[in-house]
Amino acid sequence: MATRRLTGALALVLLAGLIAADLAQSPPDPFAAPPLLAWGSGQAAGGAHCAAAPD
Amino acid sequence: MSLAADPAPRLRTLPRAGLVLGALVLCLAVAMLAGARFGLLLLIGLGLGITLEGLRFGFAGPWRAMILRRDPAGLLAQLLAIGLVAVAAFPLLASAGAELSGAHAPVGPGMILGAFAFGAAMQVVLGCGSGTLVNAGSGNPVGLVALPFFAIGSFFGALHAGWWAGLGSLPLVVFSGQAGLGLTLAALAAVAVGLLVLARPDARRLPGRLILAAALIAGLALANLVVAGQPWGVVYGLGLWVAKGAAALGTDMSALPFWSAPTHAERVQASVLTDVTSLTNIGLILGAFGVAAWRGDLARPLPRLPLRAWAATILAGLVLGYASRMAFGCNVGAFFSGISTGSLHGWVWFAAAFAGSVLGVRLRPRLGLEA
Repeated sequence: MATRRLTGALALVLLAGLIAADLAQSPPDPFAAPPLLAWGSGQAAGGAHCAAAPD
Repeated sequence: MSLAADPAPRLRTLPRAGLVLGALVLCLAVAMLAGARFGLLLLIGLGLGITLEGLRFGFAGPWRAMILRRDPAGLLAQLLAIGLVAVAAFPLLASAGAELSGAHAPVGPGMILGAFAFGAAMQVVLGCGSGTLVNAGSGNPVGLVALPFFAIGSFFGALHAGWWAGLGSLPLVVFSGQAGLGLTLAALAAVAVGLLVLARPDARRLPGRLILAAALIAGLALANLVVAGQPWGVVYGLGLWVAKGAAALGTDMSALPFWSAPTHAERVQASVLTDVTSLTNIGLILGAFGVAAWRGDLARPLPRLPLRAWAATILAGLVLGYASRMAFGCNVGAFFSGISTGSLHGWVWFAAAFAGSVLGVRLRPRLGLEA
C-alpha cells in the first residue's frame, strides 16, 4: 500500500526541481546581498508581500 | 519494555541526526549562494514548519474545531500568538521608519469576498496558506495536490487584483502607537472572551503545547519582521513561482498587470533564494517534512478518496490562491500579520473568512473529502 513516503518524497522532488530550475535561470549573487537584518540597515523594505497594492 | 531492549531508537538516531544536519547545511548553502539574510530566513521558515507540524499549531483545523465542536483552544492560541507579535511589532514599526513595513491593506468588497472564499476553500481541503505548505511537506496528498493550484490561483489573482480593488475600498486604516496597540490587544482579548463564552464548558482551556507553539510562532514571526523588513507572508511567494515559470516560458511579463510593476518585476528576475516569502515557504515544507520523518508519520497509508474529492481539491487550491490575492493575504499575511501590525483589513479578513469557513465545513463531507 502506498504511504506518505511517496507523497512526502514527491514534495521534496518538486521543490528541488523548482529551486534547480530557478538557479539555472536566475543565479543569485552573494556579493549583492543586503545586510543580515533589515532592522537598522537604513534600507527601505522591499514591498514584495501578500498585502502589496495591485499597482 | 525498556528503551535499552528496543533497538528502534538507536536505529532512528542516524536518520534523525541526518535531518538536523541536512537542514543546517541547507541554510548554510543558501547563505553562501545568496547571502546571510537569506540563509537566516530559510532557518526561520524551517522553524515555523517544525513548530506548526511538530506542535500541531494550525489555522483551518482550529476554526473547524470551534465551528463543529465549540472547542476554542487552537483559535485562542492563534490570538495569543498575534497578541505577542503585536506587543513587539507596534513599537518596532513606529521606530524603524521605512526599514520595516506592516501588512497593511484597505478594506473593500473584493477584499471581503476574497476572504470569505478563502475561508470556505481552506475548510474544504483543511489547509490554509501555511497549512497547505505544511500538509504537502508532511506527505498529505490533499495538500500536495492543492499546492500547485494554490500557486496558479495566486498568480492569476495578482493579475486581477487591480480589478477587484477597483470595486472600491475604504481609506487605509492602520492602528499604531500605544493607543493602537491597546485597541488591538483589547479587541484580541474581547474575541478570546467571546470564544470562551461560546465554548463547551469542558473545552475552556489552553493546553501547554499550544501556549508553547504560540510563543514560538510569535518569536519566529518577529524574527521574520526584523530580518526581512516585512511581516510573515505566504501567498506572494507562491504566485511568484508561477510568474517565474511563465517568464521562463517566454511570457511577456511587461504586459501583465501587477507583475510588471517595478517591485514585482524585480522579484520575477531575481532568484527565489532572495525572495522572503519563497524562502519561508520552502522552510515550511522542509520543516514539516522533517517532523513527519522524525515522528514516523510518513509510514501512514494514503487515503482512498473519490474522484470528486480530487476535483474539489484542485478547485479549492485555485480558489485559495486567487481569493488570497483579492483579500490582500491569507490567514498568515492578512489575519496573523495584518492584525499584529495594526491593519484593519486583518480584522475584517478574520470575520469574513470565519463566515466562509462555516460554509466550507459543511461543503467538505459533500465533496467526498471525509471518506
